[in-house]
Amino acid sequence: MTDAAAPSGFRRSFGLWVTQGPAVLILAILAGVVIGETPLPLSTVAAVFANRLWDAGLILDPIDAGIIWSYRLPRTLVAAGCGAGLALSGVVLQALVRNALADPYLLGVSAGAGAGAVAVTILGVGGGLLGISGGAFIGATLSFVVVAALARAAGGGSAQLVLAGIAGSQLFNALTSFLIAKSANAEQARGIMFWLLGNLSGVRWPDVMLAAPVAIIGFLICLWFARAMDAFSFGVSSAASLGVPVRQVQIVLIGAVTLMTATMVSLVGSIGFVGLVIPHAMRFIVGPRHARLVPASALAGAVFLIAADIASRMLIPGQVVPIGVVTALVGAPGFAMILVHSRRRL
Amino acid sequence: MRLAAKSVGWAAGSRRIVQEVSLEIAPGETFGLIGPNGSGKSTLLRLLAGLLARPFGAVLLDGDPLTSLSRRDIAQQIAVVEQIAETSEALSVRDVVELGRTPWLSALAPFGAQDRVIVAESLAAVDMADMAGHSWATLSGGERQRVQIARALAQRPRLMMLDEPTNHLDIHHQLSLLRLVGDLPVTVVMALHDLNQAMRCDRLGVMEAGRLVACGPPEDVLTTARLASIFRVRATRLRDPADDATVFRFQCLEE
Repeated sequence: MTDAAAPSGFRRSFGLWVTQGPAVLILAILAGVVIGETPLPLSTVAAVFANRLWDAGLILDPIDAGIIWSYRLPRTLVAAGCGAGLALSGVVLQALVRNALADPYLLGVSAGAGAGAVAVTILGVGGGLLGISGGAFIGATLSFVVVAALARAAGGGSAQLVLAGIAGSQLFNALTSFLIAKSANAEQARGIMFWLLGNLSGVRWPDVMLAAPVAIIGFLICLWFARAMDAFSFGVSSAASLGVPVRQVQIVLIGAVTLMTATMVSLVGSIGFVGLVIPHAMRFIVGPRHARLVPASALAGAVFLIAADIASRMLIPGQVVPIGVVTALVGAPGFAMILVHSRRRL
Repeated sequence: MRLAAKSVGWAAGSRRIVQEVSLEIAPGETFGLIGPNGSGKSTLLRLLAGLLARPFGAVLLDGDPLTSLSRRDIAQQIAVVEQIAETSEALSVRDVVELGRTPWLSALAPFGAQDRVIVAESLAAVDMADMAGHSWATLSGGERQRVQIARALAQRPRLMMLDEPTNHLDIHHQLSLLRLVGDLPVTVVMALHDLNQAMRCDRLGVMEAGRLVACGPPEDVLTTARLASIFRVRATRLRDPADDATVFRFQCLEE
């Protein structure tokens, strides 16, 4: 893994991330804007950007311009933010919980978001002030508080958090099913199922203004605590003896994960496997040290979800496949491959 | 550096694991903790390192209570090698030793040339420099123990705490590890099971049922009467003609 030239190699690869990471991300975003049911040439995209950003006043088909600026660009940016946020959440949880199966949904956040969304749409909780996203955010945060409190009451270990997460998820999923069975009509039930499987169709600029800052803040927090997350490799007690203020670091990082996951789930529904597969795949490529794993996972998560969104639009002509279905279709076999491969390596 | 415990104790729920232990560790000495299984040696070590929540009493590091110091301040002075060190991460030997620099680094003071030198020196001190690139997962028990000691050395501590460092090692590695620990230029506090190995410490503390029942030079502490009452063995003192050292031979005492 690390050879004799590790330090200089590390600096070189870090330099590579700083310079090439954003370039890769920009290319992926461009791809997300260009590719679609109506393929639009790069020149049109460039003209739209010129008009929007510098008032260039170029003559364009207003429909093309609308598709690019109001539809595909925000959608692609939110996909990037969600991918980065979910992948980072996976990195943090796998480091803190020391469980290879840890992913953002472990904390029951997805189940809570679903229950919150259902409570708003079917029961009319919030009296119309909360949208489906607002309900999902509150549900996600609430379920996390329940799971964390349960884990704490059970002794506060990582195994307890996993078990509490399972209990919390089951509880909130049951609540969702109960509400749907009790009071939803067929139309509402279909809409909720579609939303739960992940859906970027309704995304507009205000969503970008939420997803992008949350992803960036989450990324910076993870990068700041990269060394502390390394120190958790041999467990909580070892991290403490290495000088890491364990409780504070856990609170800040779990808080960042909750913010990222709840925001992303409330914007686009629950998208599985990104938080689980991307960190494992990146560990495989850049190694287990978080100074590299954090930027690598953020970038890979963003690019992966942009690609999944493109696939969800293109797979069946005239129809959008839920993006959660796409990520699971790619993610499950990908995860299986990683499992088999990592076993062989040991 | 002086470490002093003033009536420290710890309880798991209502069960007292360690109670009313007071002792002082002098700078530069090698202090051994002995006692039967479950007598509270490991817990006392973790108390002395400030790693347990809600302790009774106070542990003073150069006069300052550990509870008034940050984890980072403590880790710059005290390194801990625990009995079990396991990770699922695919870390290399060098990665593990680099973890020892954690208390000295921050976002504003990243890993630099000096840290690299310290890591290399620590690896050389335990004779693991050639294996720096190896994966932790492929190491034997003895190699892992040496790498953890290198990690502790990389912390550049003034005091090192080791919990049964010779566990699971073959006799050669036990002796070479004890010599390594004895030669370290730091104060050492370690829990030990082998009473003959404990004879090499400057002072010994004897734990029984969570209390420190004796403390002093090995010859004074390891009396035949005490070995019979605490360890339930009949001990015979023998002299090794090779170096005139005292060794014990033990026989099980019937109930």
